[in-house]
Amino acid sequence: MSATSCNHAKEADRFTADRPRVQWHDQALWFVRAKRDAAAHAVEEWEQLRETASQIKRHTLARLPEYLEQFEENALRLGAQVHWARDADEHNRIVLRILQQHGVHKLVKSKSMLTEECHLNPFLEQHGIEVVDTDLGERIVQLRDQPPSHIVLPAIHIKKEEVGQLFHQCLGTESGATDPKYLTEAARGHLREKFLEAQAGLSGVNFAVAETGGVIVCTNEGNADLGTSLPRLHIACVGIEKIVPRAADLAVFLRLLARSATGQPITTYTSHFHGPIPGGELHIVLVDNGRSRIRADRQFWESLKCIRCGACLNTCPVYRRSGGYSYQHTIPGPIGSVLGPLQDAKKNYSLPYACSLCGSCTDVCPVKVPLHHQLLTWRGEIVRRGLLPWRKWLEMKVVSWVLRNRRRYQWSGKLAGWAVRWTPRWMLYNRLNDWGKSRELPEFPRKSFRELYRNRNGRNQ
Amino acid sequence: MQVGLFIPCYIDQLFPDVGMATVEVLEKLGVQVDFPIEQTCCGQPMANTGCIEDTRPLAERFLAIFRDYPYVVCPSGSCVSMVRHHYEAYLAGRPGFEELKRKTMELCEFLVQVLGIDRIDARFPHRVGLHNSCHGHRELRLGAASELVIRPYNKVRKLLESVDGIQLTELERPDECCGFGGTFAVNEQAVSTLMGLDRLQDHQQAGSEVITAADMSCLMHLDGLIRRNGKSLRVMHVAQIFAGRPLSGSPLATSLAK
Ligand code: SF4
Repeated sequence: MSATSCNHAKEADRFTADRPRVQWHDQALWFVRAKRDAAAHAVEEWEQLRETASQIKRHTLARLPEYLEQFEENALRLGAQVHWARDADEHNRIVLRILQQHGVHKLVKSKSMLTEECHLNPFLEQHGIEVVDTDLGERIVQLRDQPPSHIVLPAIHIKKEEVGQLFHQCLGTESGATDPKYLTEAARGHLREKFLEAQAGLSGVNFAVAETGGVIVCTNEGNADLGTSLPRLHIACVGIEKIVPRAADLAVFLRLLARSATGQPITTYTSHFHGPIPGGELHIVLVDNGRSRIRADRQFWESLKCIRCGACLNTCPVYRRSGGYSYQHTIPGPIGSVLGPLQDAKKNYSLPYACSLCGSCTDVCPVKVPLHHQLLTWRGEIVRRGLLPWRKWLEMKVVSWVLRNRRRYQWSGKLAGWAVRWTPRWMLYNRLNDWGKSRELPEFPRKSFRELYRNRNGRNQ
Repeated sequence: MQVGLFIPCYIDQLFPDVGMATVEVLEKLGVQVDFPIEQTCCGQPMANTGCIEDTRPLAERFLAIFRDYPYVVCPSGSCVSMVRHHYEAYLAGRPGFEELKRKTMELCEFLVQVLGIDRIDARFPHRVGLHNSCHGHRELRLGAASELVIRPYNKVRKLLESVDGIQLTELERPDECCGFGGTFAVNEQAVSTLMGLDRLQDHQQAGSEVITAADMSCLMHLDGLIRRNGKSLRVMHVAQIFAGRPLSGSPLATSLAK
């Protein structure tokens, strides 16, 4: 547990200060949301798919231990080696041990939010292992020494001019280059070398099928295939919530995933790994890291249904305007704001409040995580645990006290109206008036509705 | 038919004409309106902050005040959603609560579903942009949310379309949040403001003269931004348009209204 807490609104200020960048970021993500809409609307039975996916996930989570054991049994049968990690630390140590046993000092990785969550890269680097993220966006943020700002589009906050500059410094591309094609080609060349040098490949996993023991990885760049077939050693890191019971379930999830994520009908590569390649080794690390605790949580267990498509980030009007880093958590946006406090409620207490409760995330989510309801539920928890700043807590106490009595309410209304009318503007729009920083206050009328209504009825009678 | 009129606190105190317009619309349709004077607030600000214990007494008051009416009608989707979807935590199992949930309705919903109205007898010869306030839109389902793959419908828009002379504008993002969000507007002042400004921009490019909504709270936030930034847009609650109010206070009002 960290001692300090982060405040989303303060962190967001850093991003919102640059208006043009906010606008650009908002539009880039809205474009993805619009693509998603078009793709979803092309599937007539979309809502049925969402419901089915949600039910499969609910069912699987209810019987997770059985399915995990079934998965392990089948994966072993296919010749994979299976490891269980209780937490991030154990996960990192297992990966390191496997690498050390094979004398690996160069590792290529394809995209994995789980290893971000476990902070695997810095851990391995401390132990002298070179780690190269091979997903283009991941590589960009890695070269900048930043974490991803989005779970599907890790470098969405970086403009192509900035990529050009970065590549000029790190990969020796022409200075001032901004052509995405040229830059991508340069990155490809650079990564190809890394693939050839690598002694092991590590990948995340989108789905692990209990009945077959296979793991499925979805990418658009084919880097998971390269990274796991060129080197002989493949390590696949899986959060235990990634289990689905049957191969047939993929027919539901694969249709939802890419459409929700980027608006593609399917990702360019959907790689199925059933045991190791001939002459190679496949190690599957099943990671809990708090998931069992979430599964047992009466209020928040449904957040484990998440398939990390990123749609709730793309649609979130707050995320689009505050940027991924404002959440100060590995997973930003609506789902991150539910998961963040589950990991550390004190540090992440402000995330459930970084939300206008518009409900767009709940409607966009392909597996029906009731995101905005969970964020509201979290607020109740934050207050119950005494984590809300005392000023806000007190404000609500006072307001509630006023509203519990009609006369107190009417008098307070009068008083407020009087104060707003008679306070000089410079004093009214003071630095504590967060409303008035950017907005005019409403004009307080002299008579409330109840007064007008009473007058009118008095006249009528 | 008799209804209990539920006027949210901020409408009572800040926008009395929205309440009066609601009364007029209902009475014109033959509804007998009663405003129980003891009402104050549904408790949403406390509930949305997570202050559950500070909300409970207000939910209890609400039930006591409104439980005997055949219908409870309110010109705010957000406050109706509070009663229908969020009182569960405070009132589950209380006598009268299940009925209260069923019979508490947002104004447009009541007009369409209970009175079976599909035409409003009013004239408003202006270009109007409908802001689909989130709680009415996605919690009460007054309209089809753009995220869902369902047949499009919109109860508020349908009523507006029937108003004589009205021209509804087409937005690029027809149901994006305006950034009000209750205490969110002050907790996350910067982001809230950017969200609101983007809505205004969308309405401007679509040519709206007036922004209307079934929730005055969103409009209060947008109006604050309009006035601060000297924009020529106006805001009006749908009830005001339904009641035949002219476009008020703006220079355009005199030249365009008949
Ligand atoms: S919560 Fe839903 S929308 Fe958000 S990333 Fe997970 S699956 Fe996608």
